[in-house]
Amino acid sequence: MTTNNVARTDKASKPMASQPHRSRAIYARRRLVNKFNMFGATLAMAFGLFWLLWILWTLLHYGLSGLSMDVFTKITPPPGSAGGLANAIAGSLQMTFFGTLIGTPVGILAGIYLAEFGDRGWLAPATRFINDILLSAPSIVIGLFIYEVYVISVGHFSGWAGSLALALLVIPVVVRTTENMLRLVPGSLREAAFALGAPQWKVTLLVTLRAAKSGVITGILLAVARISGETAPLLFTALNNQFWSNMNQPMANLPIVIFQFAMSPYEDWHHLAWAGSILITFSVLTLNIVARWLGSQKSQSH
Amino acid sequence: MENTQNAAHLKRQMMLDALFRLLTRSFAFLVLALLLGILLSLLIGALPTIKHFGWGFLTSSDWDPVSEKFGALVPIFGTLVTSVIALLIGVPISFGIALFLTELCPPMLKRPLGIAVELLAGIPSIIYGMWGLFVFAPLFGEYVQPWVLENMGDLPLVGFLFQGAPMGIGMFTAGLILAIMVIPFISSVMRDVFEVVPPMLKESAYGLGGTTWEVVRHVVLPFTKTGVVGGIMLGLGRALGETMAVTFVIGNSSNFSTGLFDAGNSIASTLANEFAEANGELYLGSLIELGLILFFITFVVLACSKLLLLRLKKQEGRAS
Repeated sequence: MTTNNVARTDKASKPMASQPHRSRAIYARRRLVNKFNMFGATLAMAFGLFWLLWILWTLLHYGLSGLSMDVFTKITPPPGSAGGLANAIAGSLQMTFFGTLIGTPVGILAGIYLAEFGDRGWLAPATRFINDILLSAPSIVIGLFIYEVYVISVGHFSGWAGSLALALLVIPVVVRTTENMLRLVPGSLREAAFALGAPQWKVTLLVTLRAAKSGVITGILLAVARISGETAPLLFTALNNQFWSNMNQPMANLPIVIFQFAMSPYEDWHHLAWAGSILITFSVLTLNIVARWLGSQKSQSH
Repeated sequence: MENTQNAAHLKRQMMLDALFRLLTRSFAFLVLALLLGILLSLLIGALPTIKHFGWGFLTSSDWDPVSEKFGALVPIFGTLVTSVIALLIGVPISFGIALFLTELCPPMLKRPLGIAVELLAGIPSIIYGMWGLFVFAPLFGEYVQPWVLENMGDLPLVGFLFQGAPMGIGMFTAGLILAIMVIPFISSVMRDVFEVVPPMLKESAYGLGGTTWEVVRHVVLPFTKTGVVGGIMLGLGRALGETMAVTFVIGNSSNFSTGLFDAGNSIASTLANEFAEANGELYLGSLIELGLILFFITFVVLACSKLLLLRLKKQEGRAS
């Protein structure tokens, strides 16, 4: 790298050879500026990694000691007595499952429209634009929306409301990845199927979508990873519950239990909150890595 | 006989096709309708407050549930201040990371380091909040803040920013944590746009004797200007709407203050703290109006970001 730089500066120095001193000073300065900025970039990278490692280390440090079988078998305790997070874990799993179940088909179908029929007309570009905005829209506002349209009309907080809020977060992620993945499928594959006389719906569902399968699954996994850590949209939809509950009642879930326990003044609740955090973080990170790995498998085979 | 069967079959398939197209189209429309639905429902929910307070809601710093006087100034101010702090810290760092990953990084480390940075985005925001409250804030309040307060509190012009009690939590801590959270978003956009710069342009600049920094500064950056700004706006949009991490560390005070280390409140944290317990039409309506304001601000910011990124894409098409 350094020899390279020297070679470059040497070449550029020829036109200015009449003022050797000045030009040498200029080169020294340019190289210094370059070194300084590249050092800064490396430092920035280290800065980013530093926080990641610090946060993960904190989780391991506080969380591992709190993990025990009780966490998975007992329900959330009142302050001062022993207990676990079983109902919160179950609630989170249920809501994530139903949220994904509701959001995925909607996302895939909308994604199909954008990829297969979306080259003309006003609807596709508009949807694409809005979808990208929804992708980054504040999740707490999604919670407010479900509160307005579902919780108020039903009259109580419920697991279903939570699932709906999560489903709305799933949709944009799935739409985006489905469209991108379908667009990667070579046109010749579609044409071959059309040439055999297959109707459009068969081509799309049985050929194109199947070819893009692993990519679409990547998208769904990323969506699951995103919603399983979300707290804000559940605050006024699923609320919380100290006991077991069904989907039609306010429902315990990990993120909100963590929030409540961490904000409380009780030491034993803090321990449970850390145990919950380590569970949530590592499942989300694992999902993320699995999704990426699947995605990279796909791009390598092409 | 066979012909009519074929014709019937064909007709059925054509009908199914039309149905399929209609189905996917209506779901695409649903996504569009979602946005309108969110806007409308929030508008309806906020109607009592809008009628009652009018524009004054935006400029009043009252927040008194007992006497039902509400104003959005403090939360809006808190949201903007924390987001600006997040950008001031996050943008240079993200730029450095993108620069490192595209120009300096040994190819072998590129993927793992890239994934590591993106994992920062995968950590749930509530974890940032807990870490901030229990680990970062105590250390910050004990070691860093007293020094800053001591040495910078008396500076002319900017001194007022650095006054207050060293509590650890407050607007600056919230901004710093937001910065860490937006770094992966901004840096991944920057990385993507840096990689679309045609190699020919970069190599020509190297051929003229430019250093790596000069090539980035005078070739890559001008070429990707709109994309970089788009990425920053995307980060801003994320920072504005972030809820849980901010709720943990901002201190939740509804008093107006200009000190960076003072407790404050953002729109999202106000909603998270008060919504479930709010009663009374005006109280609930005010919170929903806050949500509407937040949605509106993020919508504008994200729309700008998207438009800028689209413009870069078009420019890329022209150049090649």
